[in-house]
Amino acid sequence: MEDSLNQNTEQRPDMAAASSLAIELIGINKHFGPVHANRDINLQIKRGTVHGIVGENGAGKSTLMSILYGFYTADSGEIRVNGAPHSITDSRHALALGIGMVHQHFMLVDNMTVLENVVLGAEDSPLLAPTYAKARQVLKRLADDYELEVDAEAVIEDLSVGQQQRVEILKALYRGAEVLILDEPTGVLTPAEADHLFRILRTLRDEGKTIILITHKLREIMAITDEVSVMRQGAMVKTLQTKDTSPGELAELMVGRRVLLRVEKGPANPGKVLLEVENLVVTDDFKVPRVKGVSFNVRAGEIVGIAGVAGNGQSELLESVSGMRDQLLGVVRLNGAPLSLEGDDGAARARAAGLAHVPEDRLREGLVTAFSEWENSILGYQDKYGKGLGLDIDLARKTADEYIKKFDIRPPSKDLKTANFSGGNQQKIVLAREMERNPDVLIVGQPTRGVDIGAIEFIHNQIIKMRDAGKAILLVSVELDEIRSLSDRILVIFDGKIVGEADPATADETELGLLMTGVHSATPTAAGAGTLKNNAGKGDA
Amino acid sequence: MNSPLPRWVDVALLPLLNVIIAFLIGGLIVLSVGQNPLRAVQVMLFGAFGYGTGFGYTLYYTTDFIFAGLAVSLAMHAGLFNIGAEGQAYVAGLGVILIALALNGLHWTLMFPLMIIAGALFGAGWAYIPGYLQAKRGSHIVITTILFNFIATSMMSFIIARFLKPPTVASDESAPIEMVSRVLKLNTFIPYFKTAPVNVTVFLAIGGLFAFYWLIWRTKFGYAVRALGHNQAAANYAGISNQKMIMLVMALSGAIVAMIAVNNVGGVHGRLIMNYVNGAGFVGIAVAFMGKGHPIGVGLSALLFGVLYQGGSELAFSMPGITREMIVTIQALVILFTGAMGDMLRTPLARLFSAATPSGGAR
Repeated sequence: MEDSLNQNTEQRPDMAAASSLAIELIGINKHFGPVHANRDINLQIKRGTVHGIVGENGAGKSTLMSILYGFYTADSGEIRVNGAPHSITDSRHALALGIGMVHQHFMLVDNMTVLENVVLGAEDSPLLAPTYAKARQVLKRLADDYELEVDAEAVIEDLSVGQQQRVEILKALYRGAEVLILDEPTGVLTPAEADHLFRILRTLRDEGKTIILITHKLREIMAITDEVSVMRQGAMVKTLQTKDTSPGELAELMVGRRVLLRVEKGPANPGKVLLEVENLVVTDDFKVPRVKGVSFNVRAGEIVGIAGVAGNGQSELLESVSGMRDQLLGVVRLNGAPLSLEGDDGAARARAAGLAHVPEDRLREGLVTAFSEWENSILGYQDKYGKGLGLDIDLARKTADEYIKKFDIRPPSKDLKTANFSGGNQQKIVLAREMERNPDVLIVGQPTRGVDIGAIEFIHNQIIKMRDAGKAILLVSVELDEIRSLSDRILVIFDGKIVGEADPATADETELGLLMTGVHSATPTAAGAGTLKNNAGKGDA
Repeated sequence: MNSPLPRWVDVALLPLLNVIIAFLIGGLIVLSVGQNPLRAVQVMLFGAFGYGTGFGYTLYYTTDFIFAGLAVSLAMHAGLFNIGAEGQAYVAGLGVILIALALNGLHWTLMFPLMIIAGALFGAGWAYIPGYLQAKRGSHIVITTILFNFIATSMMSFIIARFLKPPTVASDESAPIEMVSRVLKLNTFIPYFKTAPVNVTVFLAIGGLFAFYWLIWRTKFGYAVRALGHNQAAANYAGISNQKMIMLVMALSGAIVAMIAVNNVGGVHGRLIMNYVNGAGFVGIAVAFMGKGHPIGVGLSALLFGVLYQGGSELAFSMPGITREMIVTIQALVILFTGAMGDMLRTPLARLFSAATPSGGAR
């Protein structure tokens, strides 16, 4: 991958033109109340390059890009686009200057078609027919030029995540974007989809577009960028030529200290079975079966990882096992006793039976972001605080202090609203709460989603520590690397079924990837079972 | 994203500015009919605070609005919009009058708690039904509570006219409660209030404000209510039963607003009069929104509406150029600017403050 990239770089003809600057940021400062989110940032982005921006959560990457895209106005500093100074007041203005953005969370209308989404807000006339005709033409050209083929008449909600992302890119290009900002674009993609995205980005660059890539995955930085800028605590630390640097160096610059990128763990000592799942069938909110007969068990002192592309039933599985979602069929046993999931307070019974749960989506489920930190540090355990009706606030606040200290939650202020913590620290609030209850079984979903490198290392070590303390741990993650490095056993889920089991020491990434996309199957039942996702996968390959 | 405003701006300055705008526009309306707005304000304030009877009436209205405001606020904290306070208070009147007539003649100190309990049970029962329908059947609480107001009106009309109305009485009302059993008026021991209807229920309302704070911010129940209101998925994750909470919160909300019945049926009127609630339950919605669900805010905005009601009547009486409809218009303006458009000034204020902050010592 890197070889072909370097070749591309050398082959590009007009190096003189590429050296002129598409974007120049000079002395950008931005405050949010007492937080100095951007400190005197200087950044030069050369035209026709892929420029990576890395940094921990809360380092100020997103703020900086939001300033460039007109979401925020800088307190001071200058933005130059193609050499000319502009004060960008809103995103419409940014678009007019040729700056487009692909957000981490897509800004698409789910029940509209691709075509409708592309022209939305960029209609030329009150009647839509001429706009559509023009848009079809442009989309066709873009598809030919950049491998950006998407069915213009397809409805967004029927598309795979990778295809939806392509629609976002098309939207920006349709509006004449010359500079494309991508915020964590691969977070939701399968490896194949990510590769496809990178091919598109390379083509775009070779056609003279400028790409700004915000990511925390250093592997992607190494694979696709020409230059990379590192941010830390609101300041720009350094801009480097990608070919002259290494992941280790970048990680060190980001965190400000040396980081271990690998997880160090000893062999597992599995004990007795603590969590048993038998023939579980779970439906989603629309009564569609998402988990279709899953059986497995997790023993004390082992980590069982569930690998799979997002949306293959992992979420429903986790919710059911943790008591949040009633099952249609099957049994969940904790410590040998079946867990009753009836009613809508099953989570309380699961907790009482010794289960702790770090949910996949901490903002949606794991935290009440409007609560202060101390209030969230007792969420789910609130009934343990105080006798009778009253809530023992002093005890809860003391607990919060302990967690803050033990898990190094920053800033260490228990009265701060949880929404104001960075992603990594929010995750630590959840982890501290769930791990410190000394549960028998720990269910962890996406432990490091949107979490910065420094915190990832810490979180992984905590999970290993729980394992070594004899807990049964069920881990679900869409990050294959994470599953491979943490798990003692890997189960692959596809279309609501376990389609294979692998030993992380010997598992081959390609093989796992094929299992995850339903192309290969260890069990005959699941072969060809996936229709939509499977087709999406083929389109990518 | 808005930069967060300082807390005092959020709770004090913003509502105050909204009220001022409402009054400025109200002043323009007064001016347009050739009346002097300054004199109107003067009459209004004097009518509300200037003399014993007037102030007593203000407090009487405020009492009702506090109960209604707290009831709506409680539901609001759980993410529920209880529009049915009006009907719940009306049905609670039935509970109050039944116990009062059954034990007619009992001294009010004994009758008062009994009326509170009976009213609360009826109010809670009436509110529980939409709560149950929401929790178990998914019928939207806003729709059902609105409909339950209509059902309450019809049902109560029927009950009053058919069963409660004594044959000797011409108007649609129940038999009277004996004076000794009625909630004690303040003028019996504070002569200043003269003929004003304000009674000891006002202390129940003030106590209710404190109890409400304790309930919401100092109990496990309040914690669960707020968790549910802020994030339903997180409440489910925390093992808080959504269904049980909805039913419980609605019942409790109905029990709180039922105190309007104690104030009016058990006290001021001493009988159950048809449509006695007279919109107080709906005012509670505006009070709760303006007060942002916090007892201090609810207390203050209930007082504001008390002033608008009492001062408004006074205004219609002593300035004949200003009609009753115009006063309702001014009240509507207050609701519009504090409730529906309450955040209109937020962005400009936030700009103002964020412009002031960077130089202000963020470094």
